[in-house]
Order: sequence, then C-alpha cells, then structure tokens
Amino acid sequence: MPGDTLYINNNAVKKNTYDAIVIGTGISGGWAAKELCEKGVKTLVLERGRNVEHIKDYADTLKHPWELAHRGATTNQDRITSPIQSKIYAWNEASKKFFVNDLENPYTQVKPFDWIRGNHVGGRSLTWGRQCYRWSEIDFEANAKDGHGVDWPIRYKDIAPWYDYVESFVGISGSIENLPQVPDGNFLPPMEMNCLEKQVAERVRKNFIDGRRVIIGRVANHTAQVGWRGPCQYRNKCHEGCPFGGYFSSLAATLPAALKTGNMTLRPFSIVTELIYDKYTKKAKGVRIIDSETMKTEEFYAKVIFLNASTLGTTHILLNSVSDAFPNGLGNTSGQVGHNLMDHHYGVGATGESDDFEDQYIYGRRPNGIYIPRFRNLNEATKQKEYLRGFGYQGGAGRGRMKIEEGIGDDYKEALTEPGKWKFSLGSWGEHLPYYENKVTLSKDKKDKWGLPVLEIDCEFKENEMAMRKDMKDSAAEMLENAGLKNISAYDGMPAPGFCIHEMGTARMGRDPKTSVLNGNNQMHDVKNVFITDGACMTSSACQNPSITYMALTARAASYATEQLKKGNL
Amino acid sequence: MIASLTGGIVIGGEVFVSGCKNNESTTAYSFSKDDIEFLNEVAETILPKTKTPGAKDAAVGEFMRVFVNDCYEPANQQAFHEGITQLDQASKKMYDKGFMKITPGQRHDLLVTLDKEAIVYQKKKSDFDNEQNEKEKAEKAKRNYNYKKATTTSHYFTMMKQLTLLGFFSSKPGATEVLRYIAVPGRYDGSVPYTKGEKAWAT
Repeated sequence: MPGDTLYINNNAVKKNTYDAIVIGTGISGGWAAKELCEKGVKTLVLERGRNVEHIKDYADTLKHPWELAHRGATTNQDRITSPIQSKIYAWNEASKKFFVNDLENPYTQVKPFDWIRGNHVGGRSLTWGRQCYRWSEIDFEANAKDGHGVDWPIRYKDIAPWYDYVESFVGISGSIENLPQVPDGNFLPPMEMNCLEKQVAERVRKNFIDGRRVIIGRVANHTAQVGWRGPCQYRNKCHEGCPFGGYFSSLAATLPAALKTGNMTLRPFSIVTELIYDKYTKKAKGVRIIDSETMKTEEFYAKVIFLNASTLGTTHILLNSVSDAFPNGLGNTSGQVGHNLMDHHYGVGATGESDDFEDQYIYGRRPNGIYIPRFRNLNEATKQKEYLRGFGYQGGAGRGRMKIEEGIGDDYKEALTEPGKWKFSLGSWGEHLPYYENKVTLSKDKKDKWGLPVLEIDCEFKENEMAMRKDMKDSAAEMLENAGLKNISAYDGMPAPGFCIHEMGTARMGRDPKTSVLNGNNQMHDVKNVFITDGACMTSSACQNPSITYMALTARAASYATEQLKKGNL
Repeated sequence: MIASLTGGIVIGGEVFVSGCKNNESTTAYSFSKDDIEFLNEVAETILPKTKTPGAKDAAVGEFMRVFVNDCYEPANQQAFHEGITQLDQASKKMYDKGFMKITPGQRHDLLVTLDKEAIVYQKKKSDFDNEQNEKEKAEKAKRNYNYKKATTTSHYFTMMKQLTLLGFFSSKPGATEVLRYIAVPGRYDGSVPYTKGEKAWAT
C-alpha cells in the first residue's frame, strides 16, 4: 500500500525526517503541501484516510440515473452506518463514498452537532460547495468593534494579495461588482444568470434603497480551462468528483502541483495521534501516527509542522498532545484550544413562483446560483437594533418538471412531460458569534478504535443568531414579494450547528498569547514551528463561505514559514 | 437528485432527523413475483404506454421492490405491503373482481377513486406533520433536544404513485424517450426559447 515504500527501517530516524510535515490533505492541507513543496521544502503529507485517485475513483459519477439502483436516494443501510453524514445535501448514491461511516468515527454531542467528515486523500475538498467570497475589512474589524471574541491580528490589506495569489490558481468564476463587503478578485468569466434571475436582480436593485445586490455566485467551477483542469461541463454533479476537473479540489489541483516538484511524500492511512513536544528546543519535533492498516505506531520528524486536519480534527490532535509543558493540550497556555467553536447558521429562507417566462427554458445544469451579499450592519444606515453582524443569501431560479398531484392515465402522463413554472429560492447563511462556552473537549470515558478519547462537542446558536434568523427569513420573503413572485413560502428548518459544514474557531488567531492560540502568521504563540491554517484558526466566522480564506491564509503562512526556515529561525 | 427527478419530496428519500433508531433488518417484508406483476399493472395504469413507452417498459414494479426494501422505513414498508391487499380489496368491492382481473378501463376508474382518497388522506397527514415539526422546533428553541415528534405513515396509493413517477422518469425509456436527457451538457444557457409541448429535461 502507499506509504510502505517510504521508509525501510522504523528505527532510522533520519529516514523518517523531513523539512516539513503537513497533516491533512483537504482544501488547506493541499495548499500547504503545494506551497511548501514549490519552495523546495521536502514535505511529508499525512492523511488519516485511504488514497483516492483523481478521475479514476470518480467512476460512479458517469452513471446515468437508471444505472443507480436507488436512483441516487439514501438507503436504510446508509441511515444505520452514517446517520449524520447521510442527512446533508451533498450525500447521494454516487458521492457517499466520500463521507465517513459514523459508527466507526464516533463523537459525543452534548447538544446536537452534525460533524460532517471525509477521511480520504482530498478530504472535503472533493465534496465542498465551491462558493468563494473574500472577507472584507468589515469582517476583520468586527470583533474589535463590538467586543465579541478577540481582535483579528490581521486586516484586509494583509490578506488581499494572498487572495489574488490563490484565486488565480484555483480558478473562480465571478463578476466584478465593486461591493466593499465582498471585494472583487481575480476571476474567470462569470456564469450566466437565467431570465428569471435577471428579472429578480433588476427589481431588487430598483426596489431596495439600501444598496443590496443580486449577483451571480462566485464559484470554483472553471468557466475556462485552468492549466490542465476543466472547463466545467455543466453536469452539476460536483459532489461525486469531476472526471473533467471542472472544479477545484486538492486532488485536481494542489496535490498534483506538489507532487510535480518531487518534494512531496504522501502517506495515507496515517492517523496522527499527537505532536511530539521537545521541552529543550520548545518546538514540536515531530508527530506520532498509527498506521490504520498495520496498526503500528510510527514517528516522523520535521522542522515545521502544518496542522490542516480540519477544524475539529486539528483540535483533537492538539488536545491529545499532552506533555509536562502542556498538560491541557499542545500550545494551550491560553486555555482557548477547543473553545469559540462557530459554524454558519443556515437552513432558513423562502421560495416563490413566477408567472413569467413561459416561453423560456434552460439548457445545461449550472452548478452555481445567485448570491446576495450581506446588506445589514455594514454602516450606520444599515444598523439593526435586534442583532449584530449579518448574513448573505445563496439561491437561484430554475424551471423543473410539471408537478401535478391529481391524475391517472394518458393525459396525466402527457402533462407530466412538460416543464412547470419558473421558481426562485433563497437560502441564508448567517454569522455565528464566537462564544467561549461553545467548545470541544476530550471525552473522559469514550475512546475511538485507535484508543484516543473521542471529542465531546458542546455548541449552540444563541440569542443573536436567533434574532438574525428572523430577519433572514422575513427579508427573503420580502425580497421575493418585491420582485413580483407568487405563492411565496418562507421556511426555517433550524438545523443544528455543524450542518452548514463551516465549523471553525477552536484554535484562534489573536494578538495576545493569553487569549489566543495563533499569531498573525497562523503560528502557535507557544510552539513556534507549528502552524494551523485550517478553519480552527478563525477568530470570527463572518457570513461568507470560508474556504477561500483558509486557502489565502495557508499560502501566506507557508510563505512566512519558509522564510523563517531559511533564516534558521525554526 | 431525487427532488429534481420528481419535482418534490419523496417518501423514503427524506432525511431522518435523528438517524435510524435500531439495527433491525430493513427488509422484513418480501415481494412475490405476483406482487411485482401487480405493481407493474398499477404503474402502467398510472403511466400507460401511449405513443411513448409506459411504466411496464421501465420495469417500475421491480424498481418499487428495490426502493421499498432498501429505502423505506419499516412503518412505510408495512403500509406499502398492506396496500397491495387493500388495493385488491377495493377492486373487489367496486367490481367483484381482483385488480388483475378487471379491464383497463375499470383499473383506470378504480385508481382515479383511490387517487382522490389518497390526496385527502395526505392533506391531513401533511397538516399533522407540519404541526409536529413546529412542536419539535419549539422544543429545540427551549433547548429540549430529546423531543420525539409523532409520525404517521403515508397512504399506500401515494407511495405507489410516487414510486411510479420516480421509477419511470428516471428510467432509460422514461428519461430518454418520454423526457429529454443529456448526460454532459457542456454549457449553460439560462434563456432558451420554449414552445409549449416540448419535453422537459429529465435531470
């Protein structure tokens, strides 16, 4: 199996020594691997799950609906083995191999929390939602202004060039809009809005004086070829893996780039149990793993360690890395590791129907929709009394098949073969404030199959989020109404935290080592050669989809780490 | 995918809120060959062969067997199986003969009656389910996460009809000969002229 060829003698420390170790191959781990390898750093990349081969392992996505026994549906067996994973939108008969078996990957929910995971090379970058919105100055200043959480140690100007840098490699399609709350970037040509979306966008622009805009989604699907990748074929089956390389993933993009340098060694089936701390050098000298195939323990050593095991995966490793110097987890003198867990709150919005465009239809399945950037609490004029921060909407219009409840026979069959009315839907993504008491800890009694205490997750949405949700629902209905849609129906499904799969914040960046885990370069205050650039580093959650920000922070931190490495500081 | 294939929510396709309650076998009921033939005829009555293929051409009876066994929760599996008998009894009551023995015209009229009955039943069920969902949300808002909402089974004919539509329009003849299907569109156009009578996309 992969990995076995990497070294011959377990005792030979030299053979197990690299310049850098990256833990995790998801969206941020892929970037850490690419950046370090391209700068000449010999890098070992560890992945706890199996290997996945780009294109070859996406065979199911090429099946026609009738070639899938359940036509895509979730089965009872799925609900038994993956009761949590199988609830999410991206789960289907062809994509389910990219989600974990919940029975084999237990955790404790003190309050309901849906922890969605993909343990394999590429991680959740294979199944991600692909929406990419820059954070703005408003987001980096938010904590300092209203006093929730701690101040971000960086501002927009610190990350802006890194957004430029990663966007040009990722390949994000989008439109230039000059909206300060979602700064423009380095985009491929935007996807097209359909006729109803254009009408709604125009009416929202006219009918609301607060400057809100309906724009086309900014999405990491390639509207033009990006290097050897793409373009997107408009199948809208991205969660199943794309044999055309039509969207960005670690497997399609960053890991091949890292491999090409000759500096990457990729080792799947490697469960990192802890980082090994050296009290004399005050650094982490390496990692200890269990090989999940052989059940053997191994150690690997490096000068620099990047933790990109996903927000909660990274936190789990930190909490399990105990030593005399750090009895409560590596780099945790602040006591903040595991705290301030955030997700976006979503699953709320509205839908409506249009009587227009009966003579218009659609060709192709666009894997993207529209976006309505945040329009609340941006300034004095848009300030809300009931809650802090804001939310955005994703949505779009489509024309599905005719839906008729009553009928039997020839005429009924015939009627069902035509398209139905145009429909428009809006769903909202809201900011979750960082609360110290939203936390993960190690279970005192439950262990996983590797003998590690499982995580206990204790997280909830509170009054600020609940007050915001009311506006998220009402404003969705109000906009659809104003845009002339009919039969408007507003909903709030109240999903648990975690369900949005934007968990973040449990090893936050900050200016003060007493109240934060990482500094402005994503470097641990306490352990200078450890960098954390996955969602754990986030100091606040904003309301934009976070992956592009993780990517920019990763590239920035990798650049800093390499400089420090070359100066001999690490 | 399911929503796009049927234009709505499908029984058995919905997500469980709290996951599966037990590890019991999900296939406690089995379908006989006669059952599958029976379901094929029910499906064919709902979506008959016209100038285009019908439900039997798409083996919808066999699809129902797989879907009910693998995707329905036990209570709906039971209701579905009992439904086969109930439908046959409804035929006996109306025509003094079982469903397999009546004429296509009689089958059509019987299913029109059952269709109306099922719609009334489902409306009441939907009101009840909405009420239960609201109760559950209210409890969640009070941080009571253990509240178990009450559930009811669907009308057997609703299940048969839904599976007929799902199975047929996602089948090869249904998707490619009755609707339009393109696996790899290659591009997107959001405003294509449309003339009434043109077929809808299958996916």
